Amino acid sequence: MNLTQPTHKIGSIAIVGSGIAGIQTALDIADSDFKVYLIEEKPNVGGVMAQLDKTFPTNDCSSCMMGPKLAKLANHPNIEILAYSDVLDVNGEAGRFQLTLKKKARAVNAERCVACNICAEKCPVKVSDPFNLDLNQRKAIYLPYPQAVPLVYTIDKDHCRYFKNGKCRICEKLCNNNAIFFDQKDEIITLETGAVILAGGFEPFDARLKGEYGYGRWPNVITSLEYERILSAAGPYQGHILRPSDGERPRRIAWIQCVGSRDSHMGLEYCSAVCCMSAAKQAMITKEHSSEIETSIFYIDIRAHGKGFDRFYERSKSENNVRYVRSMISRVIPNPEDDTLSICYAAPDHHIREETVDLVVLSVGLCPNPSFMQLAERIGIQLNAQGFCATEPLEVVTTSRPGIFVCGAAQSPKDIPDSVQQASSAAAHATALLTDTRGSLVVAASAPDERDVSKEEPRIGVFVCHCGINIAGVVDVEAVADYAGSLASVTYATDCMFACSTDQLQAIKNAIDAHHLNRVEVASCTPRTHEPLFRNTLRQAGLNPYLFELANIREQDAWVHQAEPQAATEKAKRLVRMSVSRARLLEPLYDTPYEVVQRALVIGGGLAGLTAALTFAEQGFETTLVEHTAELGGNARSLYYTEDGAHPSQVVQDLIQKVQTHSLISVHTEAELRSIAGSCGNFSSTVSVKGESHKLSHGVVVVATGGQEYQPSEYLYGQHPRVMTQKEFETLLVSEPDRAEDLRRVAMIQCVGSREPEYLYCSRVCCTAAIKNSLKLKTINPDAQISVLYRDIRTFGLKESYYLKARQQGVRFYRFEREQKPQVEAQGDALTISVYDAQLRAPVRLEADLLVLSAAIRPREESKQLMEAMHLAQDEDGFFMEAHPKLKPLDAAVPGVYLCGLAQGPKFASEAIVQARGAVSRAVTVLSQKEIVAEGMINRVDTDLCRACGECEKACCFEAIKVTERSPGRKRAVVTEALCTGCGVCNVACPTGAASLSHFKDTQINEMVEKFGDD
Amino acid sequence: MKSEEPNILAFVCNWCAYAGADLAGVSRIQYPSNVRLIRLMCTGRVNHGFLLRAFLKGADGILVSG
Repeated sequence: MNLTQPTHKIGSIAIVGSGIAGIQTALDIADSDFKVYLIEEKPNVGGVMAQLDKTFPTNDCSSCMMGPKLAKLANHPNIEILAYSDVLDVNGEAGRFQLTLKKKARAVNAERCVACNICAEKCPVKVSDPFNLDLNQRKAIYLPYPQAVPLVYTIDKDHCRYFKNGKCRICEKLCNNNAIFFDQKDEIITLETGAVILAGGFEPFDARLKGEYGYGRWPNVITSLEYERILSAAGPYQGHILRPSDGERPRRIAWIQCVGSRDSHMGLEYCSAVCCMSAAKQAMITKEHSSEIETSIFYIDIRAHGKGFDRFYERSKSENNVRYVRSMISRVIPNPEDDTLSICYAAPDHHIREETVDLVVLSVGLCPNPSFMQLAERIGIQLNAQGFCATEPLEVVTTSRPGIFVCGAAQSPKDIPDSVQQASSAAAHATALLTDTRGSLVVAASAPDERDVSKEEPRIGVFVCHCGINIAGVVDVEAVADYAGSLASVTYATDCMFACSTDQLQAIKNAIDAHHLNRVEVASCTPRTHEPLFRNTLRQAGLNPYLFELANIREQDAWVHQAEPQAATEKAKRLVRMSVSRARLLEPLYDTPYEVVQRALVIGGGLAGLTAALTFAEQGFETTLVEHTAELGGNARSLYYTEDGAHPSQVVQDLIQKVQTHSLISVHTEAELRSIAGSCGNFSSTVSVKGESHKLSHGVVVVATGGQEYQPSEYLYGQHPRVMTQKEFETLLVSEPDRAEDLRRVAMIQCVGSREPEYLYCSRVCCTAAIKNSLKLKTINPDAQISVLYRDIRTFGLKESYYLKARQQGVRFYRFEREQKPQVEAQGDALTISVYDAQLRAPVRLEADLLVLSAAIRPREESKQLMEAMHLAQDEDGFFMEAHPKLKPLDAAVPGVYLCGLAQGPKFASEAIVQARGAVSRAVTVLSQKEIVAEGMINRVDTDLCRACGECEKACCFEAIKVTERSPGRKRAVVTEALCTGCGVCNVACPTGAASLSHFKDTQINEMVEKFGDD
Repeated sequence: MKSEEPNILAFVCNWCAYAGADLAGVSRIQYPSNVRLIRLMCTGRVNHGFLLRAFLKGADGILVSG
């Protein structure tokens, strides 16, 4: 046996780190039929995103967005969560790794703990709460936050009285489930996996190291992460904005940017990429809490380089009156008499100003996570000079060790959408390696046959949960159970300690058998977290899962009426009565499976489209690539070099070669999509190829139609031979080095066509492109004088080092304001540029042999037709709109359609590649299934009542119901089950009652309304 | 006393307002007990019939939130 060549690969993947990047990659991989081990060093998953209050640029609630992902993670049959575990070692090689893990002892049995909180309530030890950044206290036995996954408590052994002094054991005595195990030991376990993905995240900069800001000494100087917790309704101050020193409401808040970023003195030269937008968001939300609070952000450059960010930044100024001051703060001085703080800064007029505020928020940078760095060292992964994972310029998820990939902030500082995209991309890489093993370690769910209950009278079992003292502490649970037993059709009613505990779920199954129940109602907590669990229990007991009903008497009763036990008990009875009356009318529902066409369509043959096509092929799926021009390669053909030494124009030629010769890929040039019908998993399209019509059937679509450089109308472009765009200049530098050598004075103007009122977005790449080309010219002609006229330099993340390098090499930077644009005049060959330098506060005149315009990236004109043909939305700037800007950046709003490259927004070549692979990963979650199921909870049409009036079709937002000729002359509304979301809007529009939403029928809702009152 | 306490029925969307009511619970925000929620997948499902029926059954106020 050849030991260097693994004989067979293993169909599982280990993911180390469980922030949003780790979670996304776990879900993609598990949905693509591989086994996932999600390993987290902390007791629960979630990372930093779980600590955020809201996220930019939508200001959506962070934990609300994460909730569904966490719930899916916790219930996914292909995912095993190994929380509170450290990776000690990784041996083996790509396809076959052996991981050694230490599972740390929680002193709590994870199978028995039902997270009732009784232990924490009675634990006598209070310690500061790291989840809330020590702004308040928690107990020595704890759950970091209520939605934590796994939902299991942990004993903090450093503080637990028993572990310190050998006395106490109160939690052990009180735990109804005997879940406390003080003598639980750390366990060493080994895993075999085919690939490993590192998602180790970042660590916030320790603001104590910047002594001049007084963090750690003055209580009202806090970090941006602490401020997130303060803003959070679940945070230490219940969402009230208070200053820590005295709990008073601050009137003036100042943000100081770049604390631990762009700071050569600290050895942290890079930009942390997220803090500008984070501060803008925090200031906006502060204003929403109270418009009277004065919010000021002190900054160097505002880096709003992401999709929708510039518009968000402008809105914070125009609508929320957030004040932005371009100045670094030299120091923060405390005023002990009233706990205020004075900040000193150089004002735009060059005078030193002092300003007094009540609270200072330090926007702390993103530093490499020390535990990730140690792991990297242990397992032989190279790090870069900054301490992040070293990767190739165009392959940013591939580490130095084959078979091990990286994503998220462990690779470089980045925001949530960029992390999520990388996560999907890393998933595509890892699964491509293991294609042959897909499905090999997946356990198919099994369940007994369903009992036919259609002929039976309703026999309802009601289980009223104490939830420890969560419910029973307020509601008289026994009384509610007694009352339930008196209701019509209720055959069996009981109370129970924890309805969701393993033994009680078994008891529910036993009761279904013993009492021949055909409906089950549980009165406990919210269906949003617990319905799947109970439904599954019914299924395991041979009942259809939709014969289940949940009454929420915890979140919506016991917890919100804590001072009114009697009223809460009465309300619980009413809620149970409403649910029982609905339960009586519940009907079994069946998910409809339909076949998936395991073939992909990629539209666009540039860098993103080619990468996508090849990635599909690597995953073993047939792919058709459609390119509307005669040639493949797109913009990348003239992208000769990157700032970090890659050559996209060569890479794309190599890709073209691979795509054209791959047996699974068919390429059509001079081709475009004419029409598309069907839905996710089963589309049929008409493509015109050189004027000829072709029919295609495919399961998914990846849109990669690219973008184009704006053709400027300003600054004499097109009128003077010495004015050109940045892209044209790059071509000149490569193809005419002799001409470049003669260039003595070159001026560049940034933001040409970007960040204007009618194009209110940043084109993301132009600052770096200007710097890249400046550095290139300097290597050709070190004496060239280069002047860059800019508004904000946005070399985000690790790109900041090239900005520094350009400054060191003598490239000059002049800042101008949008209202005072440079003026360009020509006299013969010579160009003169006049600009008012906003930094110097003086006019500057520059002579130039060449003027280079950093022209914007625009969406392609042809994209509009495609958007119409595919019913895809465009964003405010004309790019394709994603399903959610934060957590679904690669999914279009239409299921089965995915986006990547410049079509989705301006981006770098490396990012287009990440998106392309990521989009394929998302698509493979569909393609890897032979069939997918449409949920049972959808609208149905009673064809006898339908008169084909079309009101439903007009009302439906998802094109899921259409009036169709079902037989000659007989039109009826027909539901496309895969598209129906079960919203029920058509039911309201339907004048005859033909449209009827399963599980939420008129009769079922009416029954609840009938029983809601006091009689 | 009972007659002075208004009866309020709320039709709420599973994805936002119902989640909001859950968050109020998790955050222990106290409010009067005379409101009961009916969860729908979307408030677009609410038709006039539900509202009229609720008033007939003694609702003093109806909240539709989604």
